[in-house]
Amino acid sequence: MPIVLYRVDERLIHGQVVVGWGMHLHPNLIVVVDDQLAESPWEQELYCLGLPPQMEARFEGVEGARARLEEWRNGQARVLLLTRDVRTMRRLAEGGVLRGEEVNIGGIHYAPGRKAVLPYVYLSDEERTEMKRLAAEGVTISARDLPGSRRVEFSGADRKEP
Amino acid sequence: MSEGVAVRGVVVGHGALAEGIVDAVRQVTGVGEEALIAVSNRGLTPEALVERLRSLVGEGPTILFVDLPGGSCAVAARRVSRERGAVALVSGVNLPLLVEFVLNRGLPLAELVPRLVAKGCAGIASAPADWESHADRAVSGR
Repeated sequence: MPIVLYRVDERLIHGQVVVGWGMHLHPNLIVVVDDQLAESPWEQELYCLGLPPQMEARFEGVEGARARLEEWRNGQARVLLLTRDVRTMRRLAEGGVLRGEEVNIGGIHYAPGRKAVLPYVYLSDEERTEMKRLAAEGVTISARDLPGSRRVEFSGADRKEP
Repeated sequence: MSEGVAVRGVVVGHGALAEGIVDAVRQVTGVGEEALIAVSNRGLTPEALVERLRSLVGEGPTILFVDLPGGSCAVAARRVSRERGAVALVSGVNLPLLVEFVLNRGLPLAELVPRLVAKGCAGIASAPADWESHADRAVSGR
């Protein structure tokens, strides 16, 4: 079973992911790739509170996730893979292991140093650099907060169309 | 209102839910910001939402009301309640629950929270079943 969605969303497991994308793609395994969360059982428990009974969650560091990518791609579960930032997704993609895949930018909100790209996507200079590096790994990057929203494709860190 | 240190309520919700439901509570009860305030997660990073809640939770007892039991509002509220002893968290917020809160926020948290949960659950009912059970209260001849 392919990984049904690769998504960058700083809120990780939340309503848009579980309800919005969950109803559309029917994942039964949410994989959160995050070095800090992978070492924090109480925070993992926090994020799992919102999971419906038909979904399970797994928390992996970047290296652990890279080692298990093929297992998830060839397994029976419908996997929705999340990172909280672009840098983590880029680290996951290093060496072209996500070549040909599409990464969904789902939510990076305003913070000092970030500039608006879309109402739900704000990027700092560092994040723009990470987007370009991610694209250079052979990954298509697009933004869409919910399945019913318009898909906005990126060329590196810039929107392809206005 | 019962005697005691008044509990403060903060409703944390998706989109305009918190503003809307707090406005409804104010219309029903006339209560002000000293009792209940609204926070939306709209446009906020997880860190910014936690900071906003920290700034609103004072030294006194507080209940953070959230809409979904999981999700970004609940995650932020749980982080803040974990840091502070006198902060409780109630999910699935609805109007009957909040009105009960406003009328009883002088109760200690340990007594108030289960009362609110019971009120909130009781506020969700099947309308046809309720109509039937209240049929004997109808007044005829009007």
